[in-house]
Order: sequence, then structure tokens, then C-alpha cells
Amino acid sequence: MTNALFRCATLCTALLTPAAWAAPEIKHWTADTEAQVYFVQSDALPMLDVRIDFAAGEAYAPEDQAGLASLVQGLIFTGADGLDEQALAEAIADTGAQINGGTEADRAWLTVRTLSSAEERDAAIKLAARMLAQPDYPEAAVQRELQRAAAALRESLTRPATLAERRIVELSFGDHPYGRNVSFDSLNAVSRETLVNFHHHHYTARNATVSLVGDVSQAEAERIANMLTRNLPAGEAPAPLPSPTLPAAHVERIPHPSSQAHILAGMPGIEREDPDYFALLLGNHILGGNGLVSRLSNEVRDQRGLAYSVYSYFAPRAVAGPFRIGLQTRGSQAETALDVMRDVLADFIHNGPTEEELEAARSNLINGFGLRLDSNAKILGYIAMIGFYGLPLDWLDTYTDHLETIDVATIRDAFSRRIKLENLAVVMVGGSGDEGANADEGAEKP
Amino acid sequence: MPANHLRTAAFMAVLGLCSSALANPYETTLPNGMEIIVKEDRRAPSVVHMVWYGIGSIDEPEGVSGIAHMLEHMMFKGTENLAPGEFNRRVAAVGGRDNAFTGRDYTAYFQQIPPDHLGEMMQMEADRMTNLVIDDEVFLPERDVVREERRLRTDDNPRARLWEQLMATAFTAHPYRRPIIGWMEDIAAYRVEDAQRWHEQWYAPNNARLVIVGDVAHQEVFELARTHFGAIEQRPLPDRRITPEPAQHGLRHVELHAPAELPTFALAWKTPTLSDPNDARDVYALQMLAAVLDGYEGARLPRQLVREQRMAVSVSANYSGVARGPSLFSISAVAADGHSVEDVETAVRTEITRIAEEGVDEDELARVRTQTLAGEIYKRDSLMGQAMEIGFLEAAGLSWRDEEALLDGIRAVTAKDVQEVARRYFHDTTLTRAILRPQSLDGKKG
Repeated sequence: MTNALFRCATLCTALLTPAAWAAPEIKHWTADTEAQVYFVQSDALPMLDVRIDFAAGEAYAPEDQAGLASLVQGLIFTGADGLDEQALAEAIADTGAQINGGTEADRAWLTVRTLSSAEERDAAIKLAARMLAQPDYPEAAVQRELQRAAAALRESLTRPATLAERRIVELSFGDHPYGRNVSFDSLNAVSRETLVNFHHHHYTARNATVSLVGDVSQAEAERIANMLTRNLPAGEAPAPLPSPTLPAAHVERIPHPSSQAHILAGMPGIEREDPDYFALLLGNHILGGNGLVSRLSNEVRDQRGLAYSVYSYFAPRAVAGPFRIGLQTRGSQAETALDVMRDVLADFIHNGPTEEELEAARSNLINGFGLRLDSNAKILGYIAMIGFYGLPLDWLDTYTDHLETIDVATIRDAFSRRIKLENLAVVMVGGSGDEGANADEGAEKP
Repeated sequence: MPANHLRTAAFMAVLGLCSSALANPYETTLPNGMEIIVKEDRRAPSVVHMVWYGIGSIDEPEGVSGIAHMLEHMMFKGTENLAPGEFNRRVAAVGGRDNAFTGRDYTAYFQQIPPDHLGEMMQMEADRMTNLVIDDEVFLPERDVVREERRLRTDDNPRARLWEQLMATAFTAHPYRRPIIGWMEDIAAYRVEDAQRWHEQWYAPNNARLVIVGDVAHQEVFELARTHFGAIEQRPLPDRRITPEPAQHGLRHVELHAPAELPTFALAWKTPTLSDPNDARDVYALQMLAAVLDGYEGARLPRQLVREQRMAVSVSANYSGVARGPSLFSISAVAADGHSVEDVETAVRTEITRIAEEGVDEDELARVRTQTLAGEIYKRDSLMGQAMEIGFLEAAGLSWRDEEALLDGIRAVTAKDVQEVARRYFHDTTLTRAILRPQSLDGKKG
């Protein structure tokens, strides 16, 4: 009773002073299994979101087996602890839960979204625990999924967007693990044995971060984190990834009968814990990160009508992840669009943003901070990132303070040190199907 | 399976608890006919503000297909009071994000913002409802942007083109036969007056609905809406003369040759659209049939076609029944190596025939019902998702008040109902079949 009254008092105060609204309180502890656990309690909805991340992304796959990590994660659903694929799918559906997974360069994960009522919740968590600790990787399912992966690869190689993405990854990262693409050869090198082996070494308790957001007590969260990790091998953290080296500037044109050319420019960018993180984040928001309100969008789309989509981003990773600029435009305009893209970037590196642009971008990020934490799903995404990358527990609390310290000179300095045209790789794929490009372009342009 | 029933019963109780706040959402209508729907969700300092116009590609005249979408783009290009692009910049300055989307039945604009700025958003929406300025200087480059959008989304995307062809074949007279983005030739020929006329005819308060979900008090929102939208005068709307689709009396077939590797097909049968939520047994049964076929990992189509027979790389079934116009029940699949689309189609139809002849299991039905009803809880985690659902229902001529009736309808579906619709609606006479025949990248047949 007393507790409930206190909670109400706190809530009412918070509502009266929205400016003082703070990031959610994150509880962190080490589970009995040595897994790291991050928890935000939220009793507004009768549901619980759980995510378990492992340092088991594609960057940790053997060099000749690109694609192994996502197969290890995806095939968890093909049978576990004696439950076959169908029994597993039915058991998950019967609990009302949604169990999904994903794989990136650094990490692989499983998410469980379940009702918080004890019976459904525990049934879903138990299933997820069996899947994580005892996937069977049945030979028949392995062969089938390898065939499906090869078919998907064959299909994707007909698309200019895929061809451009694969090539820019290679040109940006060279021999670094971040520069690998799944290929028919790499799929051929995968077997049940390599799947089991990778799973055994990477899906371990010491390699796991468990994140929970939802309607459970901390004691229940502790129990759930233990349930999810207690049957995993203890394991060791994998060797840290090397840092990528910077490529030399290069432009590559690949023919394709599409009507549009897909243009991508890239190079290694920033690490998760990078001294330039906030300067580059804020700078990129101005350059091409903030949708239609950006330099690139203004110059390429608004002023010239050259593209529907144009953007830039940094994808921070354990070691320098990609910096990327992208657009698509009809083939006849491709060289023009590339020139504009390069000019905008060169100007931004050299001169940085204006004071006005900086204040606008800063306002957007600071004022919009609360919007990025307005659901359990969004909060889960942030605490899983904080946990997996070992960021400070107050990362969200200090986020806006960090942004306050950045000025124009800081951004110009960071961009000129980190993003150099002499290291920028460029790929242009397609556009040869833009027939009659000159015929229907009259004097209609202003 | 008694355990299954127990679990279902347990969380039905949860669902009951949750929907007890029956007063929420709140609704009012301004004297000028504009409807205001407010759903209070005060978990975080965030609010979604949407304006839905009851106008979509369904309402377009011949020759200007896609003009509803073109006008949506122009709504960001300036008014008597705001410079082009200023709308986006102001939303960004308060920390928000904004966008818009056009459908067959509606055009909708949204901002997600901190609640303090709701009034300013309403002021800007009211401004562009009445004071939009469209001239050649902003119109012509934006028309080029839309042409690039069509190249990106449709022309270079064989599966999107396949779907476009399917709709154009399934509907011979009803305007759903036109692509939402418009035919390329129509887009290239748009004139400023086309967009101006569209805005003048349809952007009136009596054709607009405000949907607001988030950290707000409904009385305050009603007051803000009166302040900002109340003074806009109601206008007579043009007649909506939508040609009904004549009954189909035989199979329709269309093929597309395009760069791809894997043959793909889509089947679409004419099926009922929901008009009265309390009398729509077939609609609910068809929704459950779609879920039995493809509602979870172990559902019939992926199980049979992808996993057991390995004829398809992927397969999906779709049916909604909620729309202003006629509905299709569609199934699409990508054939696996060594299997023709004809083989896969036969297998798909065998599954439907099996349900028509043998029915579905109670367990199977309970499972997809569980998934659907649990999803009702999960979707409350997203402000945007909740606002979208209200908007979709209203745009289809239903009401947010029907949500409970729609759930009751799903709960009431029996195995016999599912068998009955499988028997009744899947005849060749109302079927349209579209096949993508792969062509190699050099333009030769693959």
C-alpha cells in the first residue's frame, strides 16, 4: 500500500515537470552464470520484452564462411532439445509469445515478447532457453536452409541495390572481417559441424548480455536471466576485432539494366566508444542523417530533383563501423548526382556546418530525446546496446549533456580528421536501362 | 490439448483487464465537420499527431493517376506563410519527426513530437490545409523526385511490378486497378493545376480527421483543435463516383518478364469486404484462414511448401477485408530450384482444398487466435501503431469503436467457419494469377 502511494506521488511530480523527465532507470547486475543483465521495470502494459545478445556476429565467422553467424542464429528455430521444428513453432505460438532473432556484424540475438502473466511468460522463456542452449541443427534442416540461402543470394545478385552494397562493403573494409560478403563458396564451406562449433564457442554465458523491459519485478528478472543462461557453456569472450585500415579513394562503375544507378560512397567510420562520437553524430545529422532536413537532401532532392532517397550515416560498431552516403538516380543523371554528393561532402568537411544548422540539429536531437524512449521496444533497443557494448550505465542520462558541448569547430575538426575524400570509396551500379533519358527531358527544369 | 485452453483462458483475463478503460479514446466533431479522436497514453512525454484525409488513389480521375500521392509531396513545399521545406524544419526544431503516406483509401500526415508543441503542429497542419502554394518552381523538381521514387519502388523492383500487374488485371473497372504512385506516363504529364485542383477539391475540414495518441489530456486537445482548425470553413466535396468492379466470371492471367533469378507468382481471389462488424462472419473466417495458412512459423503453407516439400523458397498469404473498396485474398510464393511455378501453385491449391474438405483442427485455430489476441496487447506498446490502427479503421469507413466487435468476431470463428470459407471463395472464376518469369540481366530469358 505504502509503495503504491509513493509510486503515484513520484509519477504525478514527473507529469507536472516534463522538463525534468529523465531516462528510464536501468538496473544492472551480473547473473549467477556471469551473464550481464540490464533491466528496466515498466508496469504500464501486461507484457515483457527480453533480448539476449551474444558476441556472435558475422565478424566472428571464419574468413571462408561468411554467412555462418546468421545461419547459426536462424537455424535455432529448426529444432532444439529434441523438439522438432514444427513442435517448436507450435509451442511458441501456443504461449502467445513472439520469438525472433537477428544477426549483425558484431552481435547475434534472440528477442522474446511475451505476456507478463506468469504461466505464458515462463513457458515462453523456457522455450527460448532450450533454443539458445540446445539447438539441434538437424542435418536435413541445415541442408534445406543452405539451399534457401543460396537461392536468396542468387536472387539478390540480380538487384542493383545488393550489388552496390556488397561492393561498397568490400571497397570500404578490404580484408577486415567487416568487409566480407556471403557467397556461394562461403555457403558451401558451412556444414552442421561448423554451425555446432560456432554455436558452442559463441553462445556462452560469459558472452551473453540479457536485457529486459516490462512488467516483472527485479527478483523475477533475475530468475528469468538465470533461466535463459544457466544451460549455456561458461565460455570465453572472443578475441577483440582488429581495427580496419582506411582504403584509398576509388570509383567503380558496374553495369546493370536497371533504370536507376545506385550510388554508394563509404569508408570506415566510428567505434561505439569513440572520442569523436558526438561530434560526428551531430555533424552527420546536418550532413544527411536527419531525413529531409539535411544538406544532402536539400542539394540533391529539393534543389535538383535528382533522387527520392539520399542519406548519410555512421553505424558505430565494436571497431570502426561504416560511414556511408547513398542515393539512387536515373542512369542519365548518375554522374551529375555523384558530383553533387561529392561537392556537398567536400564542403562540409572543409567548412563544417553553420551555427544555425548546428543549433537546429542540436535542438532536434535534444528535444526529441524522450521520443526515442517512448515504448518498451525502443528502451529495450537502447539498453541492449548499452549492455552489449559496455557503455556507461548513465549513457542515456548524459546524452544531451554531450551534445551541448559540441560547437562548429569541434564538428569541422572531427570531420576533417576522420572523413577524408582521399579515403572515400564509391560504387555506382546500374542505370543502363534508362532508355530515352534525353528524349523526354525537355526544357522543363527551372 | 487442455494445456492450450488453460493458457488461452489465463491471458484472456489479462486482455479483459486491459480494455477496461472504455472511455479512451475520446471523440468529438467540430462544427465544420472535422472529426477529432484522442487516445490518452501517458507512459512517456511523446505524442503522435496525425491528419487523415478521406481521399486516396481510389478517388483520382483518369489521366492523373498518382495525383493524390503527388499532392502529398507538395504539402511539404510551402504555403503563404511557410517557405518550402520550412514545415520539416520546424518539426525538427522541436525534436520531432514527420512524414506522410498515401494509400488507395486515404492520405495521412503525421508528426511525433513532445506534447508541448502539439498546438504548433495543429497550426501548421491547418495552414497547409488552407494556404498551400504550388508553383512551377517547386512543382517541377518534386515531380522529378516522384519519378525517381517510382523507379526505385516499382520500375526496378520486379516483385512490385508483378503486384502492380496483378491489381491492374484483377480489377478492370474499379479504381483499385491503378497503382497508388501512378503510371509513369501520367506522372511525367502532371501540371501544377492538377495538384492545385486536387487540393482545392478535397483538403477541407469536413474531409479530414485528426487522430492523436500520447501524453495528452483529451479536453485540452479538443480545445487546441477548436482554436486551430475551428475557423476553417466547411466546403462541399465533389461527388465520389467510384465505378464498382463488375463480377468476375473466369480466370485472369498475366505474366511479367523481368530481371530476376527465381520464378514468383501471386494468386488473388475476390473476397468480401467488411461492412458491418457485427455481421461479417465470412470476413473473420477468412482472416483466420489466412492465419492458419501463414500466421506463424509452423503454419500450413510454410510447413508444407517450404519445409516438407521444399518446393518454395518462401510463401505468404494475405487478407484484411478492411477497405473502402473490394478485397482480395492473396497468396504469393517464390519457387525453389527445380520446381516450376505451376507445381508450386498446385501445391498451394491442394492445401486450400484440404481445408475445404477436411477442415482445420481446433488446436490450430486456438493457436492462431492466441497469437492474434496477444498481438492486441503488444500493439499498445507503440503510439504510432495505435494511431495508425484508429486511422485505418476510420479511413475504411469503420470506427475505432468497432475494435471490440472486430475482436469478438475473431473470437467467434469456428473450425467449421474456416472450412466453409475455404470451400466457398477459392474458385477459378474469381481468381487472378500473376507470374514473374525470370529474365537474365543481359535481357535474355533465364
